[in-house]
Amino acid sequence: MTTETALQTAGTPAFYVTEEEHPHSSTLLGFWIYIMSDTLIFAVLFATFGVLRDRYAGGPTPQEVLEIPTVALNTAMLLISSITCGFAMLEMVRNRKAATLFWLLVTGLFGAAFVGLELREFFGLVAEGAGPQRSAYLSAFFTLVGTHGTHVTIGIIWLITLMVQIARKGLIHENTRRLMCFSMFWHFLDVIWIGVFSVVYLLGVL
Amino acid sequence: MSSDAHATHAADGHHALADAPHGTLKGYLTGFGLAVVLTVIPFWLVMGNVLDNAVATGILIMVFAIVQIVVHMIYFLHLDAHSEGGWNMLALIFTVVLVVIGIVGSLWVMYHLDLNMMPGMMTGHPG
Amino acid sequence: MFSNPDLWKFIFGRLTWQDILPETIVFYTFFVVAAGGIAVLAAITYFRKWGYLWDEWITSIDHKKIGVMYIILGLVMFVRGFSDAIMMRAQQAVAFGANQGYLPPHHYDQIFTAHGVIMIFFAAMPLITGLMNFVVPLQIGARDVAFPFLNNFSFWMTAAGAVIVMISLFLGEFAQTGWLAYPPLSELAYSPGTGVDYYIWGLQVAGLGTLLSGVNLVATIIKMRAPGMSMMKMPVFTWTALCTNILIVAAFPVLTAVLALLTLDRYAGTHFFTNTAGGDQMMYVNLIWIWGHPEVYILILPCFGVYSEVVSTFCGKRLFGYVSMVYATIVITILSYLVWLHHFFTMGSGASVNSFFGITTMIISIPTGAKIFNWLFTMYKGRIRFELPMMWTVAFMLTFVIGGMTGVMLAVPPADFVLHNSLFLIAHFHNVIIGGVLFGIFAAINFWFPKAFGFRLDPFWGKISFWLWVPGFYLAFMPLYALGLMGITRRLNHFDDPSLQIWFVIAAFGAVMIAGGILAMFVQFGVSIMKREALRDTTGDLWDARTLEWSTSSPPPEYNFAFTPIVYDHDAWWDMKTRGYVRPLEGFRPIHMPRNTGTGAILAGLAVGFAFGMIWYMWWLAALSFAAMVVVAITHTFNYNRDYDIPAETVALKEGERTALLAQHA
Repeated sequence: MTTETALQTAGTPAFYVTEEEHPHSSTLLGFWIYIMSDTLIFAVLFATFGVLRDRYAGGPTPQEVLEIPTVALNTAMLLISSITCGFAMLEMVRNRKAATLFWLLVTGLFGAAFVGLELREFFGLVAEGAGPQRSAYLSAFFTLVGTHGTHVTIGIIWLITLMVQIARKGLIHENTRRLMCFSMFWHFLDVIWIGVFSVVYLLGVL
Repeated sequence: MSSDAHATHAADGHHALADAPHGTLKGYLTGFGLAVVLTVIPFWLVMGNVLDNAVATGILIMVFAIVQIVVHMIYFLHLDAHSEGGWNMLALIFTVVLVVIGIVGSLWVMYHLDLNMMPGMMTGHPG
Repeated sequence: MFSNPDLWKFIFGRLTWQDILPETIVFYTFFVVAAGGIAVLAAITYFRKWGYLWDEWITSIDHKKIGVMYIILGLVMFVRGFSDAIMMRAQQAVAFGANQGYLPPHHYDQIFTAHGVIMIFFAAMPLITGLMNFVVPLQIGARDVAFPFLNNFSFWMTAAGAVIVMISLFLGEFAQTGWLAYPPLSELAYSPGTGVDYYIWGLQVAGLGTLLSGVNLVATIIKMRAPGMSMMKMPVFTWTALCTNILIVAAFPVLTAVLALLTLDRYAGTHFFTNTAGGDQMMYVNLIWIWGHPEVYILILPCFGVYSEVVSTFCGKRLFGYVSMVYATIVITILSYLVWLHHFFTMGSGASVNSFFGITTMIISIPTGAKIFNWLFTMYKGRIRFELPMMWTVAFMLTFVIGGMTGVMLAVPPADFVLHNSLFLIAHFHNVIIGGVLFGIFAAINFWFPKAFGFRLDPFWGKISFWLWVPGFYLAFMPLYALGLMGITRRLNHFDDPSLQIWFVIAAFGAVMIAGGILAMFVQFGVSIMKREALRDTTGDLWDARTLEWSTSSPPPEYNFAFTPIVYDHDAWWDMKTRGYVRPLEGFRPIHMPRNTGTGAILAGLAVGFAFGMIWYMWWLAALSFAAMVVVAITHTFNYNRDYDIPAETVALKEGERTALLAQHA
């Protein structure tokens, strides 16, 4: 007689799980919660930008330093990388390793293009005397945009690591879970970018 | 014994994949299309100086941004009221509330502090 | 080579011989700490315990062991923070008129800064985190937290932060800015030394650990509850732990971001909070208190949970008003984000802003009041057993209510204009933190120690500690209310008016009583360990308690539960006992458990290296440590062999041992 039936015949309810247990994974929820915390970091940076956005200290103004066409190109790069990330996930669900790796590579390349364009923008600004030390406005600009760019860079390093792991071990459970977390992270970065290009760049030059 | 454990894990794997939200090609393409439109219009409004009214343009930019964020949440992040038993949505709502309090609250507080305590920094300061 | 100053500067940054043990007092402290430290290390080596320590504790991902380590860290750092306190009390008791005391301002300022930083971040936070870590998985019927490796990493990062702050005692100086390091004083121009940098990096390293721990416990409570334990059947301590960790996830990112902005000002020449080029120091104050107010609720909510468990257990009654307790906790969680400005009413935001935050601050006291009534109603007509946890709870109720009332006084902006930054404020927050948080921790330690170690704490020395602490607290802090009402400012190391001295002498006497109480507590630990056989509990349920952790043996086996419990009602263990549960004696299955790992401790050690390099401008050390952290972290992810199964036979053996123990008692 199993423990469960023994208990139940005694008239008391079953107080113990006797079947084999399949614990649910907490990883996706946990990662989502982490992303919420990262959102709050950006919220502080946006608030700071909001307060310091007109503290030019006699230095360069947004109209003088911001190049909207470059930002449009950047935005396109990131948005395209978002959908290629989506394609990678679709291939992952269909258990197609090579196709997954291909779309991940494309995602990474567009992400790298984004970072490259942003670095070019930053170095250009520093060269013309509009670096983060010039004024509170520029400090806030560089920090908000730069923090986002740093997150994208970390994402790319993570992506490369994942690609190596998938190449070596295939689309095993552990790797697909990590890919889903990466995908959440990557899309979250695009969401933040919507805020950045709208508030920092578009509103900035109005 | 251990091969049994691995077999269970494989079953878990498929479980997890089936449980986790994932999109369809149609979903991703729809989301992408919407995002492109919602990006192009604000850029066009600014680059083409279409409205000639900074306040109205500003409001439109923010509206489009919020709508596009929602599009990303639905089509790319597959967020709905059921993922993780509703906890994802609850966490998001809580975070959004705090983001709004933090940003709006800070702007309100800092506006008043700077108005009262930073003479000369604010335009329209009476002193 | 040694005569080459550039090479020297490259290797050692801004570290020079003068930075080592700069003060005489510190010199003696160093010898005591070094002697103690060497004695401990020598003892471990002599008894050949390094392997044991590494295998069983340092690399452990077991929430119970991590919880114990957090509490040990918290208690050790509490002693350090208290030594700062007693130094200040001694100074303030004698420094009148011509007598300058023994602590010049630049030293005194480091002491009050270190006191605040250590007590909040390295004593109180680890103590409550340790409690939640140990208790929550057991209370919800789980085998561990959701992310055991992350848990280990979080602990070691907290410990690393403490190490960074402790290094400042011997190398260089600590911040002289107060525990929140307001600019412009904390900017490079006015604090060019290492002090604020120790502060920043210690908090950033520890803060990362805390944030991840928050994510961990929220996921654990949401996802890993035993079947049948719906949200509204969770124990109240688990509810308060959930809300606390939600607050941690929501508040600590703000601290991280603000400190990062200050760091950029100090290291990269940015102008967030500087005096020039458009910086705004008030923004720092605004942001840091957006973190700071939720932080104090992070500290108190778990303790409210402790009191709920203690009151219902030692009154033998179900907690009164479970639903209102839960809602009160949730309301407090949300409202804690709407009151932050009351910490700087006097900074000049004006009437409209001040009245909004004054009103919200008064509103937030209401749910806490509801809780007090619920505890009182639980006690009413209960059969109260005045064991130590219950004694601490009664002391809490009296003391915390007084502190809460002075808080409502401070919530009124015109009153706050008189009392802000006076000793009245100091008395208020010590009143609520000691009366609320610390008494709760002492109650929790006495309550759950038997569960963790299998024997209870010696009641005699516990009572001595209690009777020294509680009157000592009142003697130490009630005079400060009077002094504050008389207009005396905080953070002063010297006074001109001799008529004030009597108050400070009384306060110093209170501090000495508290010191006695702390000593008695450590004696209690020592005596209990020595008398552990006499104090042993073999039942696992020493207090005839109500929640699931008491259904396990004391200490619980590493897997917590041989079979996951099924829950039907609140106070699940009480329900099991009253409905005649039968402890299963067979049918055990293999149990899936995570492996130990050294990666967490290694990463935290590298974090100390990184922080040290940044503080002393040893850029090569910072870069190398950072790179090493990245490499170690990435390498860790290539290890897929993270868990193992405890065979059914081992489980059967362990459970059989418990069966024998229970039979002995019967």
